[in-house]
Amino acid sequence: MNAPFPAPSPTESTVDAAPGAMLTVRIRRDGGFQAFTVARRPAQTVLDVVTEIQREQDPTLAYRFACRVGMCGSCAMMVNGRPRWTCRTRVAAVAEGDGLTLEPLRNLPVVKDLAVDMEPFFAKWTAAHGAFEPGAVPADDFAVVAPESPERRAVDAGIECINCGVCYAACDVVAWNPDYLGPAALNRAWTLVNDVRDRGQDARLAAVSGDAGCQSCHTHMSCTEHCPKALAPTFAIAGLKRATARAALRRFGARHFRRPA
Amino acid sequence: MSPLLYVAQRGTAVILAVAVAVHLGTILYAVRGGLTAGEILGRTQGNLAFLVFYGIFVIAAAIHAPIGLRSILREWTRWRGRSLDGAMLGVAVILAILGLRAALAVYVA
Amino acid sequence: MTAGAPSTIVPRRGALHAARPRAGLAAALLHRLSGLALALFLPMHFIALGTALQGADRLESFLGLTHNGFVRTAEWGLVSALALHLVLGLRVLAIEWFATHERTALVVSACVAAGLAVGLLFLLGGS
Repeated sequence: MNAPFPAPSPTESTVDAAPGAMLTVRIRRDGGFQAFTVARRPAQTVLDVVTEIQREQDPTLAYRFACRVGMCGSCAMMVNGRPRWTCRTRVAAVAEGDGLTLEPLRNLPVVKDLAVDMEPFFAKWTAAHGAFEPGAVPADDFAVVAPESPERRAVDAGIECINCGVCYAACDVVAWNPDYLGPAALNRAWTLVNDVRDRGQDARLAAVSGDAGCQSCHTHMSCTEHCPKALAPTFAIAGLKRATARAALRRFGARHFRRPA
Repeated sequence: MSPLLYVAQRGTAVILAVAVAVHLGTILYAVRGGLTAGEILGRTQGNLAFLVFYGIFVIAAAIHAPIGLRSILREWTRWRGRSLDGAMLGVAVILAILGLRAALAVYVA
Repeated sequence: MTAGAPSTIVPRRGALHAARPRAGLAAALLHRLSGLALALFLPMHFIALGTALQGADRLESFLGLTHNGFVRTAEWGLVSALALHLVLGLRVLAIEWFATHERTALVVSACVAAGLAVGLLFLLGGS
């Protein structure tokens, strides 16, 4: 399995700075950068740093967080050029020299300072048919889904996504092609393609095809590398490529090689 | 790209993988000690197998390359839409014509 | 602890400028650039071979033009690009169709090594 960024565990030693050392923090604001200085502390996270700056130095700094324990994904931003959860990023692990550079999540419109508008991210989620489609007629009985079946395993591999936007920010294809649906939306679509109860598969496969769809993924694997939940959108998207290819070939064959009645 | 374009690109990729392996192997074998026209043509003149091989090779490349170019142009320049698609079709046709001409050239020479 | 004034330090952003270039991105860029080089070279290759239509002498004199260091280097580049594009393409097919979960950096390094090995074989042969 592709692991997420190696983050030091609490028992692992990191390069903690000497007592009294200071940290220079460059934060992207208003088209430029603003520099702050905070004291370094043991086991300090980037969220600790941003919070200290906002509460004690500049209350006008805008940023997001909620659970602060790596469950909600609200605190995602670019830390030294990479999208990360600030609550789960130790300063000692990522500081370059004595400095940190903080920017809002890439590929999304900036509301203010470090807070981005997640609307385009969720719009693409919907555009990829990222919602369960029960169909017009309710099923007669409960669906039997064996946990070890290939379809359920495929769903399990991607179902833990919490829509934090880190993969979307990491994706170069999103940066190059603003229409591209992105790894999270496509990963969710794949979990639904493998949902044996879903009745909207044809429309979903069409929705994830095309220049904005799965065929535009070039397997950079930045999404899989950066996902804090250790999901692998690259392989979900590969599954969509296979599924859409097979469906297209079937349609092509049916249209051109239909046996006369 | 559409699913069919994707299938075309990946399908021709497999064909090209085999053809390129054969082609590279031939080149590496042929280039030892220098390469003359006589040596190239001696191998391909009147050789129907080579003609068919190169014919398939050319058609596969003429399909594969423009689809790749389309992605590059769409993502790294502002060009997109029907004019880009048309231009890439033109590239495919030109490559096919030039390539089949070359395959014939070394067959009849 | 002080707040500084807004400055115009050039921002670093995105995977290209991140602390360490990513292996998957490197593979994709090498694959794309080698493909582009091949696509640009291919028409010239076809035209060159097409000169054989006017007889072996025409092709021979054309090839004679190519027996210099500059062209030799370009040929090496193209053979390497071909091998590299092939091997990296096989990696993409493996990920897409056989769902191979890989140790990306290792596999990409192996691909680049294979491509360069073919190029080296080319250089070792020939006049």
